[in-house]
Amino acid sequence: MKLSYEQVRHIAWLARLGLSEEEVEKFSLQLSNILENFEILKQVDTANVPPATHTIPLQNVFRKDEVAESYSQPEILSNAPKQEEDCFKVQAILE
Amino acid sequence: MPTNDLHGLTIHEAHELLRQREISSTELTESVLKRLAEVERKVHACVTIVEDIALKEAEKVDNHIKTAHEITPLTGIPTLIKDVMCTKGIRTTCSSKILGNFVPPYDATVIEKLKAQKAVIVGKTNMDEFAMGSSTEHSAFFATHNPWDLSRVPGGSSGGSAAAVAADETLYALGSDTGGSVRQPAALCSVVGLKPTYGRVSRFGLIAFASSLDQIGPLTKDVTDCALVMNAIAGYDSRDSTSVPYPVPDYTRQLIPDIKGLKIGIPREYFVEGMQDQVRAALEAAIGKLHELGAEIVWEVSLPHTKYALAVYYILAPSEASANLARYDGVKYGFSDRDASNVIETTEKTRQSGFGAEVKRRIMLGTYALSAGYYDAYYQKAQKVRTLIKQEFDQAFEKYDALVTPTSPVVPFKLGEKLEDPMQMYLSDICTMPMNIAGIPAISIPAGFVDNLPIGMQIVGKPFSEETLLRVAFAYEQATDWHKRKPALS
Repeated sequence: MKLSYEQVRHIAWLARLGLSEEEVEKFSLQLSNILENFEILKQVDTANVPPATHTIPLQNVFRKDEVAESYSQPEILSNAPKQEEDCFKVQAILE
Repeated sequence: MPTNDLHGLTIHEAHELLRQREISSTELTESVLKRLAEVERKVHACVTIVEDIALKEAEKVDNHIKTAHEITPLTGIPTLIKDVMCTKGIRTTCSSKILGNFVPPYDATVIEKLKAQKAVIVGKTNMDEFAMGSSTEHSAFFATHNPWDLSRVPGGSSGGSAAAVAADETLYALGSDTGGSVRQPAALCSVVGLKPTYGRVSRFGLIAFASSLDQIGPLTKDVTDCALVMNAIAGYDSRDSTSVPYPVPDYTRQLIPDIKGLKIGIPREYFVEGMQDQVRAALEAAIGKLHELGAEIVWEVSLPHTKYALAVYYILAPSEASANLARYDGVKYGFSDRDASNVIETTEKTRQSGFGAEVKRRIMLGTYALSAGYYDAYYQKAQKVRTLIKQEFDQAFEKYDALVTPTSPVVPFKLGEKLEDPMQMYLSDICTMPMNIAGIPAISIPAGFVDNLPIGMQIVGKPFSEETLLRVAFAYEQATDWHKRKPALS
């Protein structure tokens, strides 16, 4: 199976990943090659096999709902690429 | 001992000298810093070195030691941390441009635990970007070189940590292992590397790659040190909902040079096609040694689902990664490209120039495997085969106390050799991925050399059998001297 140009562009769109034309071409080949190696799984009969959810089974993981100190606003904003009035700043979403 | 050679010590040797007050943590830290200044330009193991923070901490620890009755085994011992674990106030990059300027406001749980033991953090080590790779060449900054042959890779993704331990640039290091990223570089650099049982060590503050596979583990100069670091980092953490609430044993308790009566299976599927003959010969000799030491060896064990592990891994890990890495949008932290005209374009451009080729490849793979129409064929199918792989291990461990395999089918390869062929690179982890898929523990220890290039032996056990693995590893180590060899670094 070979991934088409449109498919690679569509996946990149789903992942919000900008790709150059060269990258699309390269990934189309490389991803197809990798996906071919996944075909081997078709040999395995999994009709009555449940999918794994967790390798070390734990059930009902709860902790007490306790009030505790959290991080300060300046700490959380300290890595923000852009901020304004103690908020993360992004471009306008609505016109 | 002359104070300029202290960097060559193991943790337990240095601890003894610190306890007797024959050396200070400051002298030990200075020796490590001097070593870094000498050999780092050849090895390139570190992304960040925090000389001032380390020396200040060492001084504080020395004041503590003066008045303390007893000190913990890691007190005053310098360490390096893979740059995937958050360190408060110290830049944490994941060797990625997208986190190039990220300074975490908190410590990972393992860092808190090391600090509680009064460890001295000297710096952060290089890795494949977001831990995706097997050679450390996928770092966005530079490639790390193997101290045993500088033209070869140290393995990966914890290649910086493994190379630093091998080059005596630190007394020990922490790494993370999603498909072999502690064990494979440990094998390629001739050091000890352990991937604990999933859930044994908290993942809080470990920057997520594939959450159901990731575990933090130690890289050390010998097996005793491995046990000491495990004592410090293992344990339940309410901030990681997958960490297990089981009591932590004293991992040094089973370090006895006796494996009489242990039953060890050798799964034939791990002696794979493409395995180098000399690696096979070295492994067979190592297994012969285990037999000499009194273990019962069963050669013809078969785990037929092993051949599906690569496909299962490269569906599950990228799927989880594509979800985990969705958080890098250039808004809250990290690199941000704001030249675009709207929010979506900003996200796309930020991720286009912030991520390297391998990370993009895996995000693409994972997004594809999880997308509408393909989810059942890929992700769901892989999770079902994962069940079978896990069951197969469970059945094997009803009969055997441990399994022994090569850690890597090949000796360290040349820098650049596999960089353009992703499938060849993925095959590097063929012997280590199945354990992450099954969540079980495994250790790699030095097991010989081919033309002065290291070979690792992997010992695998059932969940929470780390003590048994350490016991087998310790017995082998005591009967050999591979772990005492040092690279010439010339």
